[in-house]
Parts: sequence; C-alpha cells; structure tokens
Amino acid sequence: MRGFGARWPAVVRTPVGVVSAVLLFLLLLLAVFGPVVWGGAADAIDTNALQQGPSGAHPFGTDALGRDILARVLVATRLTLGLALLATLIGVTIGTVLGAAPSVLPRWAGRLVTSAVHVAVAFPGLLLALFFAVIFGVGTTGAVLALGFSMAPNFARLTQTLAASVAGREYVAAARVSGVGRARILFRHVLPNIAEPLVVNATIGAGGALLAFAGLSFLGIGVQAPSFDWGRLLGEGLDRIYLSPASALAPGVAVVVAGLAFNLFGESAAAALGHRARFARRPESAPVPEEAAAGPAGDAVLVVENLHVAFPGQAGWTTPVRGVSFTVHSGELVGVVGESGSGKSLTALAVSRLIEAPGSVTADRLEFTGTPLLSTSERELRALLGTSLSMVFQDPMTSFNPTRRIGGQLAELSRQHQGLSRRAALARAVDRLRAVRITEPERRARQYPHEFSGGMRQRAMIGMGLMGDPRLVIADEPTTALDVTVQRRVLRLLARIRAERSAAILLISHDITVVSQTCERVLVMYAGRVVEELSTVELFGAARHPYTRALLAAVPDMDTDRDAPLAVIPGRPPEPGELSGGCAFAPRCAFATERCRDEDPVLAPVSAGHRVACWHPAAAGGTELETATAGGNE
Amino acid sequence: MSELEFAGVSVRYGGFTAVDEVSLTVPEGEVVGLVGESGSGKSTLAQAAVGLVPVSDGRILLDGTDVHRLRPRDRRVQMVFQDPYSSLDPRMSVGESIMEAMPKGAYAGRDARRREVARLLELVNLDPGRAAMPPRRLSGGQRQRIALARALAGRPEVVIADEITSALDVSVQGAVLNLVRDLQRELRLSMLFISHNLAVVRYLSDRIVVLRAGRIVETGPTEQVLADPRHPYTRELLAAAPSRHTELLGDDDSDPENLDY
Repeated sequence: MRGFGARWPAVVRTPVGVVSAVLLFLLLLLAVFGPVVWGGAADAIDTNALQQGPSGAHPFGTDALGRDILARVLVATRLTLGLALLATLIGVTIGTVLGAAPSVLPRWAGRLVTSAVHVAVAFPGLLLALFFAVIFGVGTTGAVLALGFSMAPNFARLTQTLAASVAGREYVAAARVSGVGRARILFRHVLPNIAEPLVVNATIGAGGALLAFAGLSFLGIGVQAPSFDWGRLLGEGLDRIYLSPASALAPGVAVVVAGLAFNLFGESAAAALGHRARFARRPESAPVPEEAAAGPAGDAVLVVENLHVAFPGQAGWTTPVRGVSFTVHSGELVGVVGESGSGKSLTALAVSRLIEAPGSVTADRLEFTGTPLLSTSERELRALLGTSLSMVFQDPMTSFNPTRRIGGQLAELSRQHQGLSRRAALARAVDRLRAVRITEPERRARQYPHEFSGGMRQRAMIGMGLMGDPRLVIADEPTTALDVTVQRRVLRLLARIRAERSAAILLISHDITVVSQTCERVLVMYAGRVVEELSTVELFGAARHPYTRALLAAVPDMDTDRDAPLAVIPGRPPEPGELSGGCAFAPRCAFATERCRDEDPVLAPVSAGHRVACWHPAAAGGTELETATAGGNE
Repeated sequence: MSELEFAGVSVRYGGFTAVDEVSLTVPEGEVVGLVGESGSGKSTLAQAAVGLVPVSDGRILLDGTDVHRLRPRDRRVQMVFQDPYSSLDPRMSVGESIMEAMPKGAYAGRDARRREVARLLELVNLDPGRAAMPPRRLSGGQRQRIALARALAGRPEVVIADEITSALDVSVQGAVLNLVRDLQRELRLSMLFISHNLAVVRYLSDRIVVLRAGRIVETGPTEQVLADPRHPYTRELLAAAPSRHTELLGDDDSDPENLDY
C-alpha cells in the first residue's frame, strides 16, 4: 500500500474539499463527544416546558416530554452516523467480497456470482431495504442489515468492473508467470490498485446510507423509541410542523448537512484523485533568441519561425516546443526525427492548427503557402487547410469514424470544401482510393473502416488527403503501427504523391533509419528544439550534433556489428519542466562543458543547408562515431 | 540449463487459429529470434510457453517435461513483457515486485531476500538503493531493467522476451539490448527473443525463426537466413528492414501493383 496516501492531500486543496472535510471532522467530533456533553440535557424531561417553541433556553424548542430538541439532535449524531457507517461497512464488505470473488473462484462459480450480482443490481435499493426490513423485523438491526445488503450489489459490480480492468494489466500477467497464486494476486495486485475509487465510492455511499436511514426511521421502520436518530426526530417534529417548525427543521438541517458533507467530500476526492487539473495563468512567453531560418523563399510551402507550443499544467505552464524554425519547399520530402516528448508531433499539430485550448501556439512567423496561420480567420483557414494540407496520423483505426463508410467519409471533404455534389464527390473518392492502390475501389468505398486492414486504412487516410489538392502532407508516424513490409509500401505511396503532384511531405518519425532511407532533408529534434538540420546524404558521415551521432549509433540496423556492444546515450530526455538555462542535451553529452550547461546554443548554419545547435559540434566528416559509451546507467 | 521445445503447438481462439502447428526448439544457452508481423502469432506463442494462454494442440516441453505440468510453482521459464509502464505494479516498490517473483523458501529470512534484490539490481546495472522506489519514479529503460531483474529472480533457465524494446525510446533501447546480451551470455540462458524488428533480432540471435500467419515459414542460423533467405516472405522482410545502405523507396518492380495489405 506504499504511496497510497500520496495524492489524498490534494483532496483538501479545493474549497469544496476543505469545507466538506471540515464538516466531516466536526460531525465526527460531535458523534464522539455529543452524548457526553449534551446527554443529560437530551434526556432531561421537563414537564413545565412541554412542546414549547424556540426560546432562549431551547433554541429549537422542546418535544412532547419537554426535552430540548437541539440537545437531542446533537446527541443523535452518534447513533445516526454510527448506523449509517455500519450499514456502509456491511454493504462495502459484502460488495467487495462478491465483486472480488470471481477473480479467485473457479470459472463456473465466478460466473454464478457475477450473474447473481447483475440480477441484484436491477432491484431498486430502497425497495430492497424495505423488503429486508420486513424479513429482519422492524428495528435498528433490521434496518442496518437491510441498507447494507441493498448497497452491496452496486458495490459488487463496481468492484468487479474495476478488478477486471486491473486483471488485464501486464503486471498481473507477470505475477502469474512468476508463480504467484490467485489469492495473493487479488490482495497484492488487484485490490490495492482499485482501492482509491472504492474508498471514494464508499464515502459517497455513506452519504446515501445516511439519507436512506433517516428515511427509514422517519417512516417508523428504523430506530425505535426510546432510541432516537435524526430520522426519528424528524418524524416526531413533523407532527408539529405547523405549531413549531423549528422542531422539524433542526434534524432536517442536520441530515442535509451531513449528507452533503459525505457526498461532497467523496466528489472532491474523486476529482482530486482523478487528476482533474486546474490551470494556472499563462505566463508571458519569453522570446528565445534563435537565428531565423533562411529568408523567404519563392516556393516555400511552409515557413515556421520561432514556434512555441505551451500547455498549462498543475505546476504552471510547460513549453514542449521551444522555438522551432524550419522551411519546407514545394516538392520536398523532409523528415523530422526525435524521441517521444521531443515536440515533433506537437509541431505538426501546431502547423495544422490542431492545438486546442488551453494549449497555446505562438510564433514569429507561421505561414502556409504564404497565408499566415495565426492571424487569418478560422473560416478562411478551414477552406485553405481543408483542401491544401493533409494530415496522416499514426493510428488509422482512430482516424476514421467506425460507423460510416470509407467512401462517404472521403467524399464529405469534397462536398464541404469544394462544393461538389454527392455523386461527384463519391466518384472522386473512388478515384482517390484507386490512386492509393486500393483494389476494387468501388466496392471498398462502400465498406466500413473495420473491413480494411491496417495498411489499407492508412492508404485510405492518405487518399482522404488527396481529395483536395494538397500542397503539403504531414505524416505523423504514419507507419509506426504498421508492419515493416506494409511500411515500405506506404512510404512509397507518399513518395509517389510527391513526385506526381509536387506536394511537399513532412514525415515525422522516431525512427532515424526510416527517415534516412526516405527523406532528402532531416530535422533532428530534442527537448522541444531543432538541434540539427542536414541533408540525409550527410547524415551518416557528416552529422555534427552529438545527439544526432549518438542516435545513429544507438539504433541497431542491418549493418550493425553484432559482436560489439551498441552505443548508449546515458540518461534520459528531460521532461519539459526540468530544463535549465543551458543546452538540453548537456546532461547526457560526453562533450558538454561549462558553457553548454549555462548557455543554450542557437541553431546556426555550419555549411549550405546544414544547421547545428551545439557549442562543440563534432568535426565535419569525422568517420567513426566517438559517442558517449558510458556504462548503461540511465 | 535447459532446452525449450515447441512440438506441433497450435493455439486456437474459437474458430481462429493464432498459432498453427509450430515446432521449434530453443537450444540450451542459445538465443532464438522470432520475427513476424503483427498477427503472426509471436506473442501468442510466448504466452502459451508461460501458461498465459492454453495450448489447443501439441506440447511445449522444458527438458522433455510438459511446461503446463510444471505450473504454477516451477519458475524455470520466465517472461519479460513489452510495456514496462504496465508490467510493474504501481502500488509496489520495485524491490517488492522482484521479491515476489523469488521462489518460495529459496531465501531464509527477509535479509537474505533483500540481499538477493540488491544483487539482481546490480546485475541489471541499477543502484540497489532503488529497491524502495515505486516504479513511477523510474524511466522506461530503468523499468525494463527492473522487469528483467524480476524475471531473473525466479532463477529461470529459459527467458522469453516479447518485444521488450519496442515501447522504449530509441536512445535507451541500445542499453537494454546490451544488457540482455550480456546477461544471456553470463547466465547461459536459453532465450526466445521476439520482435517485429529484424535488425534487433539480428543483433541478438543465434538462430532466426520467421513466423507468418501462425506458421513458421523459414528457420535457420542467423547469418544463413539473412544472407540467403529462401522464402519470399523472408526476402520481403529483409528488403523492408532498416538499413543505411538501402533505399526504401528504390524502384522495385517486384512490388505488386495491387495488394490488399
């Protein structure tokens, strides 16, 4: 259970959380000390003050025997809370046992339990409680058992669902492989990992039990005289509500306040533990010095200068893209490589205006075919981007709407942006499917995404990009989810589109070998920056940035020496929040000096078409890599 | 040390045959690389070997004994999973995760078990002080080392590694591969190394087995399979594999015009 309490303090950081926590604490104090302090007053029969209205001595009046109502409400806290918590405890215990049982029992018994729970869930809770009250007899015991049992089915189902989701995780499989028994898996792996939602739901359930119990007592089938809880006091007070409203008001308020306290605390716990982040204000973005990319070029399709993408987080804003500049010319095939978190995908999303609030995109220049993307209105942009820019994402399954036919989804674009008729748009869709080499395009156009294989879906996605007249295709890890043989065909298709339509292609990938085999020019990104830009011809011989060189040496390819250990880059990429003022790669770099740790190098040209952001770039033309092969601790 | 043998193994889910009469042997102290595309049945084969999926036909033998008879106390066949972010229980410290995988009664007392955890962590190049940490404080590469240490805690004779580098960042993959190679040699483990990446399999394996649609299409010593592939599918895999001397986009007339891939 290590680390279990780590996130609970966050619960009381919200105003609602604080208020409900304080209320719960007060109720608890009252339950413990109430009867001790006011016990005498609550039972003191005063025949001189029967059924009085509010007065200085009795703020909420007295009851039929002249007992002070306020004192009785305060004293009743203990019994009310105690019974509600007892009922919750019973419900939660039975529920958890029933819910967890299927993971330990033999399969047939597990199914039996599951079905029984499903049937029980279908009964309304209060009806079940009334039913049990009849079985167990009218009185406190019956009511507690009844409420407990009626809570159990819902709780059992919650436990089952949560347990099933955890049971599918790899660490449970790993435990099974290491010979850990079922019971131990349940107690060591499953229950601790579902404890938080269970506790949260139990808290909310306690609030519900409190209200339900008050209801039962109010109806006369809960607590019986001479004992009293809020429900019973409410029932007694209600008889005289026209004479003395305060006598019904006091227990009523108590029930509402206590019920709210439990529910709100449960809700705030759910919110805090579920990581519903609250956002700080966006700070002024500091301009980052960087030499601008080469001046405006005649056939530039995409010009990006000093692009920043920032997101608000719990600890302030993080900036995963920090001043990226590059230009893509018409008909070029440019690769962007970087590891996860390097900002390569966010750069692509920013270019296609897909970063949504609260994310923020700023740039000195962000132009697509000469149109500034940040200052043009959404409406104008939609038409431009819809026809001239196409995006291909990693997972073609999620890029299509699974409930609509492929042809219709392709056609929709042309109907919207080019005003084609339904028939003409569909004909164009079939034509484009043929263009991406999908067999029997007429038949395929009528099929749904799940009837396509992964590679076909990805080609259909590219085909969708061809519905307009794309000047730029941004392909973000388009082949990562595909097999290598399919990958090659998809990459070839992209290359052919470029050749036939002179569209530019921006290929984003974590795989530097794939990029080197496909593109003409490579941008290497690290921690939100472009650290090197060079032609792929130079990549293996003349890369200058230590990161680029290390990356090339660290990834085995078909030519790697099998007898030598692979080169290793020590450490790991920094998180966006961990960056200091210096070069982001410095902590992992064998050549880093004091200057690297203090000053962030700018991306500066070293030769034609080759830019490097490094204070100590490796010598050009250096043959074998002198990479950091520090011991493999990272 | 041991030999793992798959003898005519089939795994069927309802009407679907994921693994179709696969026979292969992982010889003692050798690394057999299993390559194939998604859906070829590589992972199913791995899961069958450790008892996570039932075998429909055939037998999986460890030194001649059916592995399904060994379970659950015998831990001589261990597995390392693909995703180090989901293969470690977030609620347990890494030391506890490793301890749990130790054979019962192998170490007398908590101190002995703790010393063993420290030894295993050092074996995978991690500071033994990390035993008390929860997995969330470790990077992907470090977690995968922990997963390796946990597999080794069972004192396995055969280790099955299922795509163990594909969830890692490229800059840390190399370190994990180096480690796997060193450990395998040092401990003379028999290993079934599964990957879709031919370059990674080539780097580690003594023998290569190519799986397609649940069936073995080619098998042989690594150099031989790579230098002289017999099956067209192996040739296709080779042509598509990452290499700095080939052009992925080069004209290739063998690429069929229409293929529903």
